[in-house]
Amino acid sequence: MNRRAPDVLALADDAWLLRYGDGDSEIDDALNARVHADAARLRAAAPAWLRDLVPAYASLAVFFDTAAIDAVPARDWLLACLDADEATDARVATAREIEIPVVYGGEHGPDLDSAAAELGLTPQTLAERHAAGRYTVAMIGFAPGFPYLSGLDPALALPRLATPRTQVAAGSVAIGGAQTGIYPRASPGGWRILGRTPLTLFDPQRDPPTALLPGDRVRFVAIDAAQFARLSQLAPA
Amino acid sequence: MSRQVQVLAPGLLTTVQDLGRDGWRHLGVARAGALDPDAARLGNRLVGNDAGAAVLELTLHGPTLCFDAPVRIALIGRSVAARFDGVALPMGRPIELPAGTLSLGAVRYGARAWLAIGGGIAVPQVLGSRSTDLRGGFGGHEGRALRAGDTFALGAAASPAIDAPRIPAWWADPGFDENRDAPVRYLPSADPAASALARQSWQVSAASNRQGLRLRGVALKGERRGGLSEPVAPGTLQLPPDGQPIVLLADAQTVGGYPRLGHVIAADLPRLAQLPPHASLRFQACSVEEAQACAIETRVRLQRLYLALERPLARFLAASAGVA
Repeated sequence: MNRRAPDVLALADDAWLLRYGDGDSEIDDALNARVHADAARLRAAAPAWLRDLVPAYASLAVFFDTAAIDAVPARDWLLACLDADEATDARVATAREIEIPVVYGGEHGPDLDSAAAELGLTPQTLAERHAAGRYTVAMIGFAPGFPYLSGLDPALALPRLATPRTQVAAGSVAIGGAQTGIYPRASPGGWRILGRTPLTLFDPQRDPPTALLPGDRVRFVAIDAAQFARLSQLAPA
Repeated sequence: MSRQVQVLAPGLLTTVQDLGRDGWRHLGVARAGALDPDAARLGNRLVGNDAGAAVLELTLHGPTLCFDAPVRIALIGRSVAARFDGVALPMGRPIELPAGTLSLGAVRYGARAWLAIGGGIAVPQVLGSRSTDLRGGFGGHEGRALRAGDTFALGAAASPAIDAPRIPAWWADPGFDENRDAPVRYLPSADPAASALARQSWQVSAASNRQGLRLRGVALKGERRGGLSEPVAPGTLQLPPDGQPIVLLADAQTVGGYPRLGHVIAADLPRLAQLPPHASLRFQACSVEEAQACAIETRVRLQRLYLALERPLARFLAASAGVA
């Protein structure tokens, strides 16, 4: 793994952006693993002035309280903390395995058939290959609780819709480019919808409010429409 | 019985805001909060609240509110036409009002004002804040802007025993010597288009909102980087493919894939909140050292203001024949 120190850029008066790798536009799983490991390390050290740590594909934002620390000492502390020789990869200890039930196709997966045709697969095969994947929550963003999952079989990459839908149902499981993700709540969206989970991905009344955390390992488990209906009734509104 | 406020008319976009939501950005939760946190702090100070109490943020046109008991209020930000049962109310000071109707009209010479009320707006905290997350649909009053017919409670505070408005002759105006036409300062990124931002004047698009100020001008040509999403923050200057920059504000999403031209310094962010649609603005590049010096200057100015306020405020609040 590339251990070169990240570039440190000013993101805001109260935030530094650590950028890993050479700014390549390709998703690099090893770099993303390093981002989560560094985020875990900083979170474990958690000085009182640390406000937020935001991991992304190959970058990590660190927000601090400007009333408690100036930008330069905050940066120096970050670099020293990350430079410290840590024998263990913190992510190994924190990564969780989460199973997400999904009903593929039908009314819950309006793009399954067209996506499969585009890829030269049967809808059944596309669903199976999507569910067979082992994914990692590379980052959460776009909307509260929206997980960007890396690990999609490159053969399943699909372009986004030319015209985004004005309304995508909450829980929709979709492919956008080389990634897969889940819409936490009804919103506009341009990803190709293969199916839907009855799980509530974001509930601001819960702690933590999201079903998934950055760095989590995710597996999709196919369910049928009857199971979906049953599980939907169990999930909080 | 807690004191209630009824919304007779909602105004254009009136939201409950405090100092924002920290600690959840890694889960995609925006910071939100008042677009000018120092204005919210000052409003709260004037009515005797904690700095982080929830206030109402008014956009372009304020609401009409009916109080069922006496209240202490303060209006901060740009000038807003305010009347209470026919009496015109001034800005920048505590005002005690008996039960009745407060009508807030157009915001002049800017876009936003904040209404602090003694006791604070008593909506429940969500993820540690009372701020409205408009995109997420939670926080504040039912996760949305106020509507006619809404009712919300005020937190516990001394209720002034008065039957006519009580208004001190002094006021606080933190922006009295501010040059509103001065360029907005930003720290440029390494993107080749970053310095070009300062070479023309920009116009504020009507499509702007609390998430971002959309600018219109001669399109900038940026580095067409592939766009692996990276964290963004309030103040981030983004360059979408159409070459028309967006400055992110308090409701900024947490990650974004557009090339970044840099960020507006914290000291100048509140000024962006005061730009109405079609207003024009210019940018000026600055260094980290300048940004820090500006932040310190802002802090010192406010400390001086708070110091000057101490005595007249204590006198006004002490004279209030309040009952708890």
